[in-house]
Amino acid sequence: MSHQATFRVWRGDASGGELRTYTVEVNEGEVVLDVIHRLQATQAGDLAVRWNCKAGKCGSCSAEINGRPRLMCMTRMSTFGEHDTVTVTPLRTFPVVRDLVTDVSYNYEKAARVPAFTPRPRDPDGHHRMQQVDVERSQEFRKCIECWLCQDTCHVIRDHEENKRAFAGPRFLIRLAELDMHPLDVADRRAAAQDEFGLGYCNITKCCSEVCPEGIHLTDNGIIPLKERVVDRRFDPLTWLGSRIRRRAGS
Amino acid sequence: MTATAPRGTGSVDPRGGDGAARPGRAAIPARTLRTDRWWVQPLVTVAVLVLFIAYATFRAFQNAYYYESPYISPFYSPCITTRCEGDSFPEFFTGPAWISPAIYILVLPLGIRLTCYYYRKAYYRSFWLSPPACAVAEPHRRYTGETRLPLVGQNVHRYFLYAALLFNVILFYEAFRGFRDATGEWGHMGLGTLVLLVNAVLLFLYSVSCHSCRHIVGGRLNTFSKHPLQYRAWTAVSRLNARHMQYAWVSLFSVAFADFYVFLLATGTITDPQFF
Amino acid sequence: MVELERHEYDVVVVGAGGAGLRAAIAAHESGARTAVVCKSLLGKAHTVMAEGGIAAAMANLYPEDNWRVHFRDTMRGGKMLNHWRMAQLHAQEAPDRVRELEDWGALFDRTPDGLISQRDFGGHRYARLAHVGDRTGLELIRTLQQRTVALGIDVYMECTVTRLLTGAEGADGAGSVTGAFGYWRESGRFIAWRAPSVVLATGGIGKSYKVTSNSWEYTGDGHSLALRAGAGLVNMEFVQFHPTGMVWPPSVRGILVTESVRGDGGVLRNSAGNRFMFDYIPDFFRKETAETEAEADRWYDDKRNNRRPPELLPRDEVARAINSEVKAGRGSPHGGVFLDIATRRDAEYVRRRLPSMYHQFKELAEVDITAEAMEVGPTCHYVMGGVEVDPDTQASRVPGLFAAGEVAGGMHGSNRLGGNSLSDLLVFGRRAGLAAAEHALARGADRAELSEEELAGAARAALAPFEREGGENPYAVQQELQQTMHDLVGIIRTAPEVEQALERIAVLRERVAALSVEGHRQYNPGWHLALDLPHMLLVSECIARAALERQESRGGHTRDDFPATDPEWGRTNLVCSRAPDGSVALTRQPLPQMPSELAEVFEEVPA
Repeated sequence: MSHQATFRVWRGDASGGELRTYTVEVNEGEVVLDVIHRLQATQAGDLAVRWNCKAGKCGSCSAEINGRPRLMCMTRMSTFGEHDTVTVTPLRTFPVVRDLVTDVSYNYEKAARVPAFTPRPRDPDGHHRMQQVDVERSQEFRKCIECWLCQDTCHVIRDHEENKRAFAGPRFLIRLAELDMHPLDVADRRAAAQDEFGLGYCNITKCCSEVCPEGIHLTDNGIIPLKERVVDRRFDPLTWLGSRIRRRAGS
Repeated sequence: MTATAPRGTGSVDPRGGDGAARPGRAAIPARTLRTDRWWVQPLVTVAVLVLFIAYATFRAFQNAYYYESPYISPFYSPCITTRCEGDSFPEFFTGPAWISPAIYILVLPLGIRLTCYYYRKAYYRSFWLSPPACAVAEPHRRYTGETRLPLVGQNVHRYFLYAALLFNVILFYEAFRGFRDATGEWGHMGLGTLVLLVNAVLLFLYSVSCHSCRHIVGGRLNTFSKHPLQYRAWTAVSRLNARHMQYAWVSLFSVAFADFYVFLLATGTITDPQFF
Repeated sequence: MVELERHEYDVVVVGAGGAGLRAAIAAHESGARTAVVCKSLLGKAHTVMAEGGIAAAMANLYPEDNWRVHFRDTMRGGKMLNHWRMAQLHAQEAPDRVRELEDWGALFDRTPDGLISQRDFGGHRYARLAHVGDRTGLELIRTLQQRTVALGIDVYMECTVTRLLTGAEGADGAGSVTGAFGYWRESGRFIAWRAPSVVLATGGIGKSYKVTSNSWEYTGDGHSLALRAGAGLVNMEFVQFHPTGMVWPPSVRGILVTESVRGDGGVLRNSAGNRFMFDYIPDFFRKETAETEAEADRWYDDKRNNRRPPELLPRDEVARAINSEVKAGRGSPHGGVFLDIATRRDAEYVRRRLPSMYHQFKELAEVDITAEAMEVGPTCHYVMGGVEVDPDTQASRVPGLFAAGEVAGGMHGSNRLGGNSLSDLLVFGRRAGLAAAEHALARGADRAELSEEELAGAARAALAPFEREGGENPYAVQQELQQTMHDLVGIIRTAPEVEQALERIAVLRERVAALSVEGHRQYNPGWHLALDLPHMLLVSECIARAALERQESRGGHTRDDFPATDPEWGRTNLVCSRAPDGSVALTRQPLPQMPSELAEVFEEVPA
């Protein structure tokens, strides 16, 4: 069971490029990445594409398929009609290197700025003790495969290059949330979240949650709770007062 | 240093935002290559919200047909001036006659919905087009999000939540008073009682399912296992929170419907079917 | 002078999977200036694919468990061909390596006591695998990645090493490592690192096979680089076929289905619905394997009084059994067998314990594993063979060259137990990093300059495919190699087939020498593949030569013409090295002798 499909693939580099049309064979059960590989092997040997595991676990083959940020290895051809044209373009938010490969170094620069994990000391017997319910929230964010689709779709930087300096993107906001909720971590990252990572730029329009291939609820479980934690510290006189009193009583 | 190949491009480029391709990015002129009808959702949101606002504004300023014993419209509840019809809530003061009693209290429900994490998404997308849909370029040149006034004020959401919870109590109180007949005798129930009751329940669900509530009841903790009660509360609110959007819409419809039902009764268009 | 970017370090680590990052962290913490070079972006290495867990005898669930039991399981799983010292160090140090991950932010699933939870896996006597659902590899790599970044270690991403530099032959310190040469994938520009220590952590060779769970990175380049630099490769004939890879649809054929499915209660059935594994229990494991389904089912809850289900035999046994069932015509519609957890565990349990398997089958095969059985079959997964190293330091024969993880050999013998690879990465990654740092720092300022001649040679070789015109396309050659290895040096081997494979490899080598690529140097996958192919061919040849030589069946090497395990061969290792004329030379080497106090372990622990 195979058919000929029409693919439009963006070819080019930073100096310019265009959507080029290809007619290519598609077989049963295939995903977009299979078709891109077939193009490479048969029609365009130098078609640049980044990929690794082809099983939705490494988050390398991110691209935009019919305008939507997706993993190419997890987009089945059966989701399109046989006569539909499938358009594959590189991530828009990042500078293009060549064809479908973009320069995602912005993300690695932001990652390097995240204040490192700071654990409390181990128990006397050398173990860390945590209950399953304590670790589950941060575990959700640790499912992140760093495909950068949330970063790509986030309009704060997608539509406003100038915000890249002040805004770290959804991936790193949930990384901060993960650390802030981590049962062993003792550092307070709330000020950094607001001031250095641009939490306030997020207007919770939830596109990051929509594109996440891991189904992480970035907004509901990560960014909004982080915003609420910042409110505790910054914008809520009652909790601020309460924490002062508790600290005094405790000391 | 975590580096890829050295290159001239890729640095952060401070330029205005209008969705147009920037040097370094792939030159794709289309605002979006989405092929689905991405504009339907924002359009529907705008239509429904505009209709609601128009209706609510009209009713709030109408200053009439909001009470039909024993029911009071939720738009006018709590009715806190002496000019209120009916024997509803404790009357605190007498305002000028031309100000509808609804005006004094409207700011609170408006506030919770304006600062609500769900409605923010809905109106930022549909009214402000920021962005109109995922991976569709927004039309603005600059964007600062909720970093400065007035939008930094969204952070007061939890105070509106506290107020809303107070209102929820009052709405239950008013709905409970619906267990009277038109003469004020207890032990009766009509369709209106049910309408007010359902409305009170839905508005309550909308309040407690809110993200701020989820944070306050337990989300702020890092070790749930040491706070079992708060963990249970958080789990319950989390479950409701997953349906916060549904509650937001359904409660919006229910409050409008409850008001409309009272309006129909007060204008004499229909009579309230009595159950007992 | 060749135009290239030059850097200086004490330690250069090639590969950013678990072993590479752990080595880099260890080297950095010992005070060495350290760089990591990786072919993909940081955090994408093949380690993310590991699902089940990290084997470590922490005794969080079974106090009876300790390193001696783990050591014994590992040696028995490898059919006693493992280097005893590596197996010992591995079993002893794994628990500390796991606990230290927690100090770096890893969040493992917990026991009710709040300790790290451990799960059952094939070949392990007790539940021993520290895990996070079925995405343990992701947790491991993310933790190490974040630690690496926090320490400020330099990482060269999307950068391929094409040659290890060892100085001009015959010169001072002949053959000792002086650095490495490579190119940026993105720009195609050359880069060289001068460093007295290089740690290879490049993973495996699976991409030479048609059906594999491995990604494109697994070209065996580390094996090949080491061989060319003068190191030996040990145990190359042992290739592990994971029993459960996806078989349908064709485009996902080979993608791994974690062993945790069986550890958590899943069973294998043939087309008649029988749990056929009961028919394939080898004598070697009969004493510790359940004989009836009832006993096997009781084992999940009561391990002390029941023996383990045959589905949890070591991987080589299960893979062979599946292969036989399919050959006997009792396979599933698409040429596999059925792996059924749907009828054995409730849907909620499956979704909680195996979320990514649930997701993978739902998304890629439109199969709901909580309602239907999966179709699975063997897939090339892991090479036990690798660079011959010193067990304590992971140093190869070549001074300054170290190897850790899958690219190193000896630890797993003829067959690796599930869960032992992640612990291997951590234990030996750290040891390699420490030893590499020590080696570099001991040399002080006494460091050889890079040979310009050698650099020029490396650059010339890398650009050769552009020089030729009208040659073949590299993708065609790759496909033929994969088909050859799959058909002729696969799970079951015979002498005539392996000989035929060697002939074909020789032909392919000539074709590789003549192929040409289109386009230019910037991010050109055709060119990258053209440079990977010689590695793949060299490693394939090593596998085939060793497979032909070893006339017995053992672990990941099954000879149809020599089906028995031969005790004589059980004392012999095969080592590939490079002959002066460039061909692969094979030597027999006696197995290192286990000290008697360790040999006692095999008597003291009840089966």
